[in-house]
Amino acid sequence: MERIPILRMGRLLLVTIQVDMHDRLAMALQEDLTTRIVKDRANGVLIDISALDIVDSFIGRMISDTAAMAKILDAKTVLVGMQPAVAITLVELGLTLEGVSTALNVELGIKMLEQPG
Amino acid sequence: MIQSQATTLRVNHMGNESFSARLNSGETTILPLKTDEDVVRLRKQVRDDLVALGFSLIEQTKMVTAASELARNTLRYGGGGEAHVCRRYESDRTGIELSFIDQGPGIENLELAMTDGYTSGGGLGLGLSGAKRLADEFQIDTEPGKGTTVKIAKWKFC
Repeated sequence: MERIPILRMGRLLLVTIQVDMHDRLAMALQEDLTTRIVKDRANGVLIDISALDIVDSFIGRMISDTAAMAKILDAKTVLVGMQPAVAITLVELGLTLEGVSTALNVELGIKMLEQPG
Repeated sequence: MIQSQATTLRVNHMGNESFSARLNSGETTILPLKTDEDVVRLRKQVRDDLVALGFSLIEQTKMVTAASELARNTLRYGGGGEAHVCRRYESDRTGIELSFIDQGPGIENLELAMTDGYTSGGGLGLGLSGAKRLADEFQIDTEPGKGTTVKIAKWKFC
């Protein structure tokens, strides 16, 4: 099965989702990310969704679950690059991604993760 | 005893005639919903039709998201089925109509199934209620033991 690549930059993991993911692929990414947090001793995870045209409830839940799992594994997660139309749709859908930190782009996301605390 | 009776809920935000009463003018694409990959293909088809019909990016995003939620329901809860994607051309408006059809177990308590946050299968419980909010029209026909058909539509007025 195809996988979403995860890049390591120091103690950060960067994922850029560039394909329209089916549900199994999304679950595989969640598994891969949690495994890599431990293996690479990462303390931050950046998930770039700037190339995603939609985030539905399944992907939304995968993202917030991943952030919660990462937190338990002592890593912070920042979701970056959400398109305005996706944000509008998510809120109307009823999904507010509570507990997930967000930033407008990768650069700002990295700054956020570098802040202590 | 559970009554085996067909339940229909019609929600018509725009006050138009019901789906079935409408003249059958349009182009329909029928897609299977049997695998996760079929859901991705459906999203692409719906997006292509919305783009061709000239819908705005926000309207596209809302409708593709609604389609994704309903297609997943057909797959997970209905045991698979098919989707009909229909372009509609009328004198004063153009639009898209999507039907999600399964012969699965049906929905016993529709009111409960339409409630935000209620799920019978470990999801977030936003599929039906969320899709209803994202579309202009929403209609669901379900009968325990027979299956479920959900139709949604979005319109663009000329």
